[in-house]
Amino acid sequence: MGNVLEVRSLSKSFGGIRAVRDVSFDLKRGEFLALIGPNGAGKTTCFNMLNGYLRPDTGSVKLLGRELVGIPPRKVWRMGVGRTFQITETFRSMTVLENVQMALISHNRRIFDLFSKATALYRDEALKLLELIGMAAQADRPCAELAYGDLKQLELAIALAHDPDLLLMDEPTAGMAPNERIALMQLTADIVARGHVSVIFTEHDMDVVFAHSHRILVLNRGELIAEGTGDEIRANALVQEVYLGGGSLFHEKETAHA
Amino acid sequence: MMKRRTLLTSMAALGAVGALPARLLAQGATIKIGDINSYTALPAFTEPYKKGWTLAMEDINAKGGVLGKQLEVISRDDTGDPSTAIRIAEELVSKDGVAMLFGTYLSNIGLAVSDFAKQKEVFFLASEPLTDAIIWSSGNKYTYRLRPATYTQSSMLAEQAAKLDVTKWATVAPNYAYGKDAVAAFKTALKKLKPEVEFVEEQWPPVFKIDAGATVRALEAAKPEAIYNVTFGADLAKFVREGSLRGLFDDRSVVSLLTGEPEYLDPLGDECPDGWIVTGYPGTDIKTPEHEAFAKAYIDRWGEDPKTGSVVGYNSLLAAATAMEKAGSTDTDAMLAAMDELHVKAPTGEFYFRAADHQSTMGAWVGKTALVDGKPKMIDWSYEDGADFLPSEEEAAKLRPAS
Amino acid sequence: MGFYLAQLLTGLANASSLFLIACGLSIIFGVTRIVNFAHGSFYMLGAYLSYTLVTHLSALGALGFWGGVLVSALLVGVIGLLVEVLILRRIYRAPELFQLVATFGILLIIEDAALAIWGAQDLLGPRAPGLSKAVRILGEPIPQYDLALIVIGPVVLGLIWLIFHRTRWGVLVRAATQDREMVGALGVNQALLFSSAFFLGSVMAGLGGALQIPREAVNLNMDLSVIGDAFVVVVIGGMGSVTGAFIAAVLISVLNAFAVLVFPQISLVLPFIVMALVLVVRPYGLLGKPGSEKGAPADPEAPLRPLNPAGRLAMGAVVVILALVPLVSADFTMILLVDVLIAVLFAASLHFIMGTGGMISFGHAAYFGVGAYAAALVVKWLGLSMVPAMIVAPVASGLAALVFGWFCVRLSGVYLGMLTLAAAQIVWGVTFQWQDVTGGDDGIIGVWPAKWASSETAYFYLALVLCAGGVWLLRRAAHAPFGYMLRGIRDSEIRAEAIGVDTRFHQWMAFTFAGTLAGLAGVVSAFAKGSVFPDVLNISSSIDALIMVLLGGIHTLLGPLLGASVFVLIESWVTRLEYWRFIFGLIILGVVLIAPDGLAGALSRLLAFLKARIRPGTDTKKEALHGQRS
Repeated sequence: MGNVLEVRSLSKSFGGIRAVRDVSFDLKRGEFLALIGPNGAGKTTCFNMLNGYLRPDTGSVKLLGRELVGIPPRKVWRMGVGRTFQITETFRSMTVLENVQMALISHNRRIFDLFSKATALYRDEALKLLELIGMAAQADRPCAELAYGDLKQLELAIALAHDPDLLLMDEPTAGMAPNERIALMQLTADIVARGHVSVIFTEHDMDVVFAHSHRILVLNRGELIAEGTGDEIRANALVQEVYLGGGSLFHEKETAHA
Repeated sequence: MMKRRTLLTSMAALGAVGALPARLLAQGATIKIGDINSYTALPAFTEPYKKGWTLAMEDINAKGGVLGKQLEVISRDDTGDPSTAIRIAEELVSKDGVAMLFGTYLSNIGLAVSDFAKQKEVFFLASEPLTDAIIWSSGNKYTYRLRPATYTQSSMLAEQAAKLDVTKWATVAPNYAYGKDAVAAFKTALKKLKPEVEFVEEQWPPVFKIDAGATVRALEAAKPEAIYNVTFGADLAKFVREGSLRGLFDDRSVVSLLTGEPEYLDPLGDECPDGWIVTGYPGTDIKTPEHEAFAKAYIDRWGEDPKTGSVVGYNSLLAAATAMEKAGSTDTDAMLAAMDELHVKAPTGEFYFRAADHQSTMGAWVGKTALVDGKPKMIDWSYEDGADFLPSEEEAAKLRPAS
Repeated sequence: MGFYLAQLLTGLANASSLFLIACGLSIIFGVTRIVNFAHGSFYMLGAYLSYTLVTHLSALGALGFWGGVLVSALLVGVIGLLVEVLILRRIYRAPELFQLVATFGILLIIEDAALAIWGAQDLLGPRAPGLSKAVRILGEPIPQYDLALIVIGPVVLGLIWLIFHRTRWGVLVRAATQDREMVGALGVNQALLFSSAFFLGSVMAGLGGALQIPREAVNLNMDLSVIGDAFVVVVIGGMGSVTGAFIAAVLISVLNAFAVLVFPQISLVLPFIVMALVLVVRPYGLLGKPGSEKGAPADPEAPLRPLNPAGRLAMGAVVVILALVPLVSADFTMILLVDVLIAVLFAASLHFIMGTGGMISFGHAAYFGVGAYAAALVVKWLGLSMVPAMIVAPVASGLAALVFGWFCVRLSGVYLGMLTLAAAQIVWGVTFQWQDVTGGDDGIIGVWPAKWASSETAYFYLALVLCAGGVWLLRRAAHAPFGYMLRGIRDSEIRAEAIGVDTRFHQWMAFTFAGTLAGLAGVVSAFAKGSVFPDVLNISSSIDALIMVLLGGIHTLLGPLLGASVFVLIESWVTRLEYWRFIFGLIILGVVLIAPDGLAGALSRLLAFLKARIRPGTDTKKEALHGQRS
């Protein structure tokens, strides 16, 4: 089986400032890839080009051989790319279960159905997804009542609803309590371990990164400066240089920004 | 402050009259008549109207009523909305059981109620709506109109305009049916009388939203010799102010529709333009015995001079009562039959309803505006009989729908 | 040359007048996010007060005039302050736009109060001493007072700019305008900030009105004649931007001054055409910033629940009782109920886009009106009978909504609302002008039902079937994936896009769907009334529907049904009285203060309270929050 994702020479400038320069990498099926770098390194820009929110100036992004560049986010989703947000985005006037149901309804192309009862559609599948992430007990709670950590988890369930090939997680643990972070990433790792979905995530918490990722990409000033396993990255002098000017930052926990 | 107190008292009185006789006379047999008008939307014109018919009702009832019964008017506010007017009309007819309907000021409400009258086979005396559609293109068996037509009044002015030694005209009129009808009628009538006239400019400001400065400038730019004005109310005041300031009316004749009516003339105060040829109502200057008696009774009753609306209101109810007397009953068909060629002896002179198009021949006063003792007045006026300016009955009959 | 200069100066003088009123509106919206319908009333009050003061102080000459003008402006400011402190402050936490209902009540009250105090007749005030003549510039007479106004506008703009940029208060006002949520976070005394902004805005409205004295007769139509244009100016300039309002005022007034030379009829719709063009190109107005369109942050809505058995029973019972009405009641009751049914369907269709969809519409009457006119036109010109007309009408209104919706859904918040208003005004203008086809102001009459439906009873049943059917369809759609996804887009466009939804397209379809059903209400109305007039398309028709939806409660599907019924029934009762607008205004304010969550919210609180009384131990508050049946 070949690569799920092939990124080639991705570049993007904003008003003369080159936010991302010539980034290329591959992703295998079932791989859990971290994208790290200091603030302003271009992680989010890079991410938004992968899922269609930003159009790169040059370069290509191929999902299972199909070009994603120039395709709007909603179609990227349909092609099999799920995502979660740095700051959660859910339907606050719906219950937990309904949020997942909506993704399923959209996946099954029934959003223009005027007559069926939305809450009765794909209920079992939605419940199964909630069970998978351990939120079945909260299925009927209004989303607006949930704790932030629970919302993050819910987003994961929504992102998995259409059984994606690729899952993009933008700072999945931002704003969560430490124990919640571990739980969420463990859950994600378990899902990856089943071998179907590949995940790319950006993260500030290096413990999270080193604990779960199979491979790490390091961005600095828009350029990919290193790529490798956790140990390789730890040992990389350039990366150490970038993070805290050569000090060993990797044992220090960065506080997640809220 | 004085003004405020008198106003409040008179408003309170107004409220009381509407209600009191109804209750007092509930036991006795009364004839109920429904009145619909835009009392909140256009109080400046409908308040005098209400006072007018109230006075007529009191006069008639004091003299023993109609067909031996007292008249009772159930008056409702249409809020300026035609669909509300229809609902009220329905309520007056089916719930209150009124013998007939009268009133309305706005053309569209008049037309809506007129069509309702046709559908529900109720007699409707349209008091004030100016649109000529109500008697001609949309005329029907059940609707009669009292007030002189736009056509009539425009023709009266055209006759005066033809006498002026000018040929280049400009017009300014509010941008809706009434304004358009008035301009069209004036143009036709004037061209007939004086084929060499030309119309060099037309201005169509939105009603009650005139941009007077720009309008005046645009008229000025066309350098007309005379102006035909149809704006009224707040638009008129703005137009007059801007026009006089910018010298638009210097050395120009102005012919102006309805401007002589106290409703529009009085607010101009000492800025009343001099020498405009207008249609209107000279009020207490009319010295016929009938009118003097009416004016005195009106002033005694309300503490203010009668206005055009007062006359229309008074004559409306008077015409209705006369029709009932002539019909000998309040049966719709009998009243309709009585309306044709019904002669009404009104304080403003006798008029009749034409059988062919259901228009009354009530006339208007044509004269000139002037400041007399610091007050705006109509001078050099004469009463023009509507019958002389309406198209002939044969012609008018052709303007009505076939049925 | 002189001619064009004179025309330009005329335009600029008007621009100053327009700017004064619009900048107050913009400041108030910017800070408090209140869409203040009473702003025109403040303007009118300013004119009346200054008429009284200036007339009494005329002996003092110029001092009397300018003193009178300033004092009137301040008095209006105090009145505005009272309104803010006594009423609006209590309902800031209500759902978005709800405050608009309160300002509508205030507008009604002020209209009747002015009538009682100053009388019905127009009042022509004195001219400004020393500025009562015209001067010749390049040979053209220009009123001195126009020149004064041309100076006053920019001076006021300059003063406001200084206040906004040189005082701490001004900085806070600007911060509040740009980011509504920040203000709370800054720890600013929000109440004081809001009150002072409302005071300043009202002073500006009062000043605008007071300065009109030398130009026009003070009259009772001033409030409504100015408010539409004021909103247009604010929106073109960008909500909350005072400089933008100034540019917009100049743009509109100068364009109008020249447009009347070429195409005199254009004045009717010119501002709305300009607004539509500006919004299509710049979705936040000329100087508005993204975010300026958003209302105050609101509490999230509770999840939609299907009616419980009791609720379903109640709804069924209402329909059954309605169906039995003709057996026991007089014709008139049926006519009134037909009006209620029409209003209910109209309001429910508006609620679908506003409540469920979160898309504000100030111009929903367009689709109601297109439906009504389509029916009337095919009856008049094609001679079709009632049933085909009833099929054509919703299709026509749906098409109209399809066309206008395409533009409208690209915007959001108040800008979207104003673009819908522009669309409605343009439709109104065309209908009004196109006399040969639409009959213009004289409308189309003779649109009566087919024989079999012409009795009150028969038509009542027809209306009941169509309107109840329409409402059922809307409810069904709201509970179906279509409506759920629409709500989803309202909650989070980003999320919706991220699960594969074309959000614009979805909103567009919802707009069209709601327009279609508004058209159905329109055609039922046309045949009920037998006639159609441009009034069905005008602003007040749209506003009525808006008030019904907001009054009923925007967060529940039951809201518009309650709101419309109550509105029509109260109006039908209250118009029998003298000074009914005053009374109606008071009733509306009462409802607003008692039920800031709308009638439906109040009803569910009441039910929850009763339930708790019967079954002690239930948490009333929780019930009220979550038990919101729809």
